[in-house]
Amino acid sequence: MKKYLSTLIICLALAMLFVAVQVGISSGLISGYWVTNLYLVGINIILAASLNLINGFTGEFSLGHAGFMAIGAYSSAVITANLGLPFPLAVIVGMLAAALTGVLVGLPTLRLRGDYLAIATLGFGEIVRVVLMNIDYVGGASGLRNIPFVVNWPLIFFSVVFSLLLIRNFICSSHGRACLSVRENDLAAQMMGVNITYYKVLAFVIGAALAGLAGVLYAHYYTILQPRDFSFMLTFDVLVMVMVGGLGSLTGSVVGAVIITVASAFLQAIPELRMVIYAALLILSAVFRPQGLLGEKEVTINILQKLGGVFNGTVGSKQTN
Amino acid sequence: MGRVEAMLNLEDVNVHYGAIWALKGINLTVGEGEIVSLIGANGAGKSTTLRAISGIIKTSSGKISYQGEDISKTPAHEIVKKGIAQVPEGRRIFANLTVMENLELGAYIRKDAKGIKQDMEGVLDRFPRLRERIGQIAGTLSGGEQQMLAIGRALMTRPKLMLLDEPSMGLAPLLVKEIFSIIQEINQDGTTILLVEQNARMALQIAHRAYVLETGRIVLEGSAQELAKHEDVKKAYLGG
Repeated sequence: MKKYLSTLIICLALAMLFVAVQVGISSGLISGYWVTNLYLVGINIILAASLNLINGFTGEFSLGHAGFMAIGAYSSAVITANLGLPFPLAVIVGMLAAALTGVLVGLPTLRLRGDYLAIATLGFGEIVRVVLMNIDYVGGASGLRNIPFVVNWPLIFFSVVFSLLLIRNFICSSHGRACLSVRENDLAAQMMGVNITYYKVLAFVIGAALAGLAGVLYAHYYTILQPRDFSFMLTFDVLVMVMVGGLGSLTGSVVGAVIITVASAFLQAIPELRMVIYAALLILSAVFRPQGLLGEKEVTINILQKLGGVFNGTVGSKQTN
Repeated sequence: MGRVEAMLNLEDVNVHYGAIWALKGINLTVGEGEIVSLIGANGAGKSTTLRAISGIIKTSSGKISYQGEDISKTPAHEIVKKGIAQVPEGRRIFANLTVMENLELGAYIRKDAKGIKQDMEGVLDRFPRLRERIGQIAGTLSGGEQQMLAIGRALMTRPKLMLLDEPSMGLAPLLVKEIFSIIQEINQDGTTILLVEQNARMALQIAHRAYVLETGRIVLEGSAQELAKHEDVKKAYLGG
């Protein structure tokens, strides 16, 4: 009963957010600059949450996210811009292409641990970028143009909700437990009968597919793709969002993505100081809150209720549970 | 012990770590219902033997058969399903998860919700301290409690054969006694046990039979009582 209630509250809150933003955009209350940043927040949430699935929940340190995003972006753009096929097909192709690459990269590299995996996936990301730069069919270094503009608020909104739901359901299933056990101690996980290679690759592939989805949205919002958009800096940005929000916290990824994206939007005005402030923020968060804002915890309705109780002065006066 | 009832059989098993020849032709038998102990110094190959049995490392040659079936090429996660559970050296509990979650992960391979619940109760009855700490993060347990959790987690797989790797490591003498009597209880309840120990005295007390390993070879084998009286064993492992 209580569970249905909290699901209902979440659905209502999401619906209100959706409608409020939609009204804001159509009435012009939200300026074009902030609409762009809003869409960027959405794309970044998908990127951060999917990287968190790999790095936070399964404990594999991957730095290949920009590569998967690029594959999703370029393959979907080829479908719509070069071949003139419909957008839904592009979404499917973009995600599948990224997932398939995830399998190909994951199978050999996930035998590596820690630093070595980081270096291997970093190398993968750079290879993707250089290869794209040298394929004339997708515009080479000058980029792929004339991608149809498809992205709107409903598309972004439902893509984010879809991605978060997918990851949440995965984590809460026995598959997610298996991933957690791999992160905690892969030897013990093996001894409990967990096929650790399978779960490492599975988490990696789901993460890659969602990064591909983020790429599809990116391509069909900016309508132009250049290989240099997908440099290591992009992976680094996403990694920062995950770290700031909390490795192993899905809601943390949402918070991290919102904070970092909005912060860099404000800092656009002072570009020469932007990276300095950004770096200072990182150092501060690493010193004072190394586990990220939320650590491994999740924001849930229950916590919100308790917080509400603090503000109303009800917590402490009566014992809950 | 009748040879016919052998549950686990190792024939001329060799293991290499790169250039290092860790197991040099091990022959070993564990009969159904027995407690068999492997004793030996550091680096003798005790843990390697257990890891080879549970498929964590690959053998370079030889045959490991379990209930008449060759399992030397079977992957680790399949071996657990056949009923062999290992309690690893150093416990290796899932430190950031709760006691409950650790036990649930023990039942990872199982789908029978009713049986899982039953076994969970069984484990909690056996280890009342785990029941008290059911919601606690496992990494905050004491060493002895962590060892109990590691054993409880392995029991949740409902094993026929349990491999225990140094369960006494780093525990106070009183706790060692407790852990060993629990191992005996588990055995009496029908689980066959292969126990690796440095604490040879304790191991020989509860075991039916034992093997002595030295630098990758079995140098002595026999009933636990025989070995406990054997001059070489006394000198090397029991302190004269």
